Amino acid sequence: MWKEFVANARLVSPGNRRRFTVVVVGTGLAGAGAAAALAELGYTVDVVTLHDTARRAHSVAAQGGINAARARRVDGDALERFVRDTVKGGDFRARESEAWRLGRESERVIDHMNALGVPFAREYGGSLSTRSFGGVQVSRTYYSRGQTGQQLQVAASSSLMRQVATGRARLWVRHEMLDLVLADGRAAGVVVRDMRTGELRVLRSHAVVLATGGYGNMWYHSTLAKNSNATAIWRAHRKGALFASACFVQFHPTALPVSATWQSKTTLMSESLRNDGRIWVPADPDEQRPPGDVPEDARHYYLERRYPAFGNLTPRDIASRAARERIEAGHGVGPLKNSVYLDFRDALERLGREVVAERYGNLFDMYREATGEDPYERPMRIAPGAHFTMGGLWVDHQLMSNVPGLFVAGEANAAYHGANRLGANSLLAACVDGAFTIPLTVPDYLAGLLGQDLVAEDDQAVRAGLEEVNSRTEALLGAGGAVPAKEFHRELGALLYRNCGVVRDRQGLQEAVGQIADLRRAFHEDVQVTGTSGEWNQDLVEAARVGDYLELAQLTCVDALHREESCGAHFRAEHQSEDGEALRDDASWMRVSAWHSSGWGDEGGSAQPVEFVHHQENLHFRTVQVATRSYR
Amino acid sequence: MRLKLKVWRQSGPQLRGRFEKYELDGCDSRMSVLELLDHLNEMLTSQGKAPVAFESDCREGICGACGLTVDGRPHGWRDNLPACHQRVGKRRDGAVITLEPLRSGLYPVVRDLVVDRGVLDEVTLAGGFASVDTGLAPDADTLPVPHDVAEAALDLAACIGCGACVAACPNGSAALYAGARVAHLASLPIPSLERGRRARAVAAAVDQWFGACSGYRECARVCPAGVDLGATALVAKERWGAALHPART
Ligand SMILES: Cc1cc2nc3c(=O)[nH]c(=O)nc-3n(C[C@H](O)[C@H](O)[C@H](O)COP(=O)(O)OP(=O)(O)OC[C@H]3O[C@@H](n4cnc5c(N)ncnc54)[C@H](O)[C@@H]3O)c2cc1C
Ligand code: SF4
Ligand code: FES
Repeated sequence: MWKEFVANARLVSPGNRRRFTVVVVGTGLAGAGAAAALAELGYTVDVVTLHDTARRAHSVAAQGGINAARARRVDGDALERFVRDTVKGGDFRARESEAWRLGRESERVIDHMNALGVPFAREYGGSLSTRSFGGVQVSRTYYSRGQTGQQLQVAASSSLMRQVATGRARLWVRHEMLDLVLADGRAAGVVVRDMRTGELRVLRSHAVVLATGGYGNMWYHSTLAKNSNATAIWRAHRKGALFASACFVQFHPTALPVSATWQSKTTLMSESLRNDGRIWVPADPDEQRPPGDVPEDARHYYLERRYPAFGNLTPRDIASRAARERIEAGHGVGPLKNSVYLDFRDALERLGREVVAERYGNLFDMYREATGEDPYERPMRIAPGAHFTMGGLWVDHQLMSNVPGLFVAGEANAAYHGANRLGANSLLAACVDGAFTIPLTVPDYLAGLLGQDLVAEDDQAVRAGLEEVNSRTEALLGAGGAVPAKEFHRELGALLYRNCGVVRDRQGLQEAVGQIADLRRAFHEDVQVTGTSGEWNQDLVEAARVGDYLELAQLTCVDALHREESCGAHFRAEHQSEDGEALRDDASWMRVSAWHSSGWGDEGGSAQPVEFVHHQENLHFRTVQVATRSYR
Repeated sequence: MRLKLKVWRQSGPQLRGRFEKYELDGCDSRMSVLELLDHLNEMLTSQGKAPVAFESDCREGICGACGLTVDGRPHGWRDNLPACHQRVGKRRDGAVITLEPLRSGLYPVVRDLVVDRGVLDEVTLAGGFASVDTGLAPDADTLPVPHDVAEAALDLAACIGCGACVAACPNGSAALYAGARVAHLASLPIPSLERGRRARAVAAAVDQWFGACSGYRECARVCPAGVDLGATALVAKERWGAALHPART
C-alpha cells in the first residue's frame, strides 16, 4: 500500500514549494525529522518546541535501541517477520499496512542516522551491531550504548539546525502550542505562547504537523520527561480531530516504585535487568524478615511459576499485570507495600560480583542513588509505571487526521502499535514518520492547495484562536482558588492508576468517569495560579496542561469502559480466561475505536454531561495470521 | 530534615535579582536538588506565592535541561553529575544550601534559576552537523567503522548539552562542548567528509561567542557526561588540521 502511495502521490514542483508554509510542532525525532526533510525539499517551515533548544525532547531518554528489519544476520529475520512481530505484539489492534511501511523504511532510517553521525555500536569487524529486544527471537535492534535516543535526537535535531542556518526553517524555541486554528475546516495554523513573555501569536500555515509525543504523564507518576504533555493533541481533538485508542497505555514493569510524596516521577530501570534478576514477593503477606533472611520456600517467584517458558522475561504487559495482582493481594513489599523484589542474589552467586557489575553496574549505582539501598546487598524494588501511550490522534495511512491538513507523527498518533508496543519500535516509528512519511504525504496534500494563500492575519479564524486561548488563560488566572494544579494532577494520577491502570473493570471505570468529571469541576473552581500571563509562569503552564489531562482522562476511561475485551495492555478483569489470561474478542473488537467529543463547556465545565461519539475502523489482516498470544 | 535554602529570585531578564532565604521542613536525604526545589515550591504555592522558576525535563541525567548552580558549583556538590542526580545526602539539620542560576555572561537569566543557553546552538548552526539530505545516505554496513572508533566517538557524543562547562569556566570557554562535537563528527566516515570546513566554521563561531580555553579544567570536573578534558584541545587541533591541509574539505 505504501509503495503504491509513493508511486502515485501528487507532487509539488520545486519552484512552487517555498510558497507553501508548514508548521511542525515538536522537535523530537518525529518533528525534527519532518521539519528538516520538508525544509530540504524547499518548503517554508515553522518549527515549534517548548524547550530551549531543538535537541531537547523526550526522545533523548530512550535507552534500549531502535528496530530495523535489515535482516543482515542469518538468524531468520525478514521484513515479513518484522511485520508479523509488530502486528502480533500489538495484539491485532492496528493496521497491518502501517507495519509494512515501518519495516520497509526502517532500513533507510539506520543509514540516514548513521550518515548524520550517530555512533551506532559496531562489531569488531566494523559492521553494525544488533541485539535482541523484548518479545522477539531475532536480533534486529540497533543501539548506541544506553543512549540510543539521545544520539538519534542529536543527529535529527542537528540536521534540522542545518536547515535553520539556511533560513528555510524558522525555529521557535520556548514556544508552546495552545490551540489549532481551522479555516474552512482545514488546519490553517497554530496558536503559540512565548513562554518567556507570554506573548501569543498565530503561526499561519497550509498544513500542520503535530509531533508532540505521548501523554503518559497524565498518570502523574510516569517514566516520561516532565514536560511531555497532551495539550497539542488534546486541543486538536477539541477542534474535531478524532482521538483513537486512548485507553491503550503500556505500563513498564521495571520502573522504580514511588516511595514518598515528594518523588517527582518514576525512573525507568532497564528491562535488561530481568535477564539476570529474579522477581519474587514473600508468600506470607505479613512477612517481617528482611528480604535476605526470607528462606527459599517462603518466596513466591510468581512469574517463573506461572510462565515457565518465559519466566522473568515475559512481555511487559504480562509482567506488569502479574506484579499488580500480587501487590493487590497484599504481597507487595517496601514501605508502601507497592512493589515487588527484583533479586540478584542468585546471579551474584553464579556469576560473581564482577560480572554482575560489568553488566549492570551503572544501573545498580543509579538505583542506589535514588533509593539509598544497595542492590548488591538487598533486592531491588520495582513496580509497574505508566510508560508509553499507544493511543493518540487517529490518522489515515498518510498520517493525516480526519481534519484536512492536520498531520500527526510519532508517539502523538495511534498508527502503529495497536494495544501494545513492541520494545524499540517507537523510536523507529518516530524516525520513519518524520523523515520518510511526512515528506511524501504532506506534499500530496499541498498539491491540492496550489495558489491558495495563507489565512489572512486578521481573519476571523485567527482572531478567534487568539481569543480562545486568552480567555482560557484568564479563566485559570482568575479562578482565585487555593489549590495548586499539581494537587489535582496527583489526585488524577492516583485515580487513574487505581481505576484505569494495569487492570480495569467495569465498576471501577464507571466510578472513575464520574470522579474525574467532579475533579475537573473542582479544578476550575478551586485551582490557584500565581502570577500573570505576561511573564515566565510555571504555574500557569502547569495548570493549563493539567486542565487538558482532566479532560483526556475522562475520554480514556470512557474508551476503556467501552472496549469490552482484554487485549494487549488493556486488561479488563471481566474478560479473562479461567487461568487469568487476557481474552480477546475478535468478532466484536477487531477494530480501532476513535472518538469525537463535545459539550465540555467553556472552561469551568458545563452542567451538561460531555457527549462522546464513537467511530470505528474495522481491521483486516491479509498477510498476518490472527492468533492468540501465549507465553506459558 | 530541616534545611535552609538561599535561592536567587529574579522576576525577569531586565530586573534586579536578590537572594531569598527559606526554611524548609521535611527534607529527605534522597531528594535531588530538583526535588528540593519541588518541595520548596509546594510550600510557596500553598502560601499563594510564586514558585521558584527552574528547568528540568527527564530527571534522569540525559536531557541536559537542569543546569543550575548549587553552593557555587554548576550542577552541584559532586563531580560529573547533573543537578537531577545531585542528592541532598547527609547534611546537618539547619544546613544552608545556596541555589543560583548557571552564572555566565553568556547565559542571560530568564527568571529565577532559568537561563537562556541559546548561545550553545551557535556551534551547531555554524556547522556542527553532517550535510546529508534525507534519503541520500549510503548503506551503513558498507562503510565499516572499527569497534574502538565507534566507542570513542560515543564517548565524545555523550555530551547532553547542559552548558555547565561554559558556566564553570572562568573564561566562559566552550572548548569542551565544541571540541567534543567536532571531534565526534570528524571521527566518523561520512561526517568527516566536511571535516575541514566544519573545523573552520565552528572555530570561528567559538571565537566569536565564547572565551578562550586556558586549561583550568573546571569544565571536565562538572561535565555530567564525563567528556574527557582532552576534548578541550580538539577544536584547536581540528582548526590547525584544516589550516595545514587546505585541501581538506
Ligand atoms: C524512559 C523511556 C525509554 C524509552 N526507550 C525506548 C527505546 O529504547 N526504544 C524505543 O523505540 N522507544 C523507547 N521509548 C519511547 C520513545 O522514546 C518515544 O516514543 C519517542 O521518542 C517519541 O518521539 P516523538 O518525536 O514522537 O516525541 P518526543 O520526543 O516526546 O517529542 C515531542 C516534542 O514535542 C514538543 N512539544 C510537546 N508538546 C508541545 C506543545 N504543546 N507545544 C510545543 N511543543 C510541544 C516537545 O518539546 C518535543 O520537542 C522510551 C520511552 C521512555 C519514556
Ligand atoms: S560537554 Fe559536558 S558540561 Fe559541557 S554541555 Fe556537554 S555535557 Fe554539559
Ligand atoms: S533533568 Fe534531564 S539531565 Fe537533569
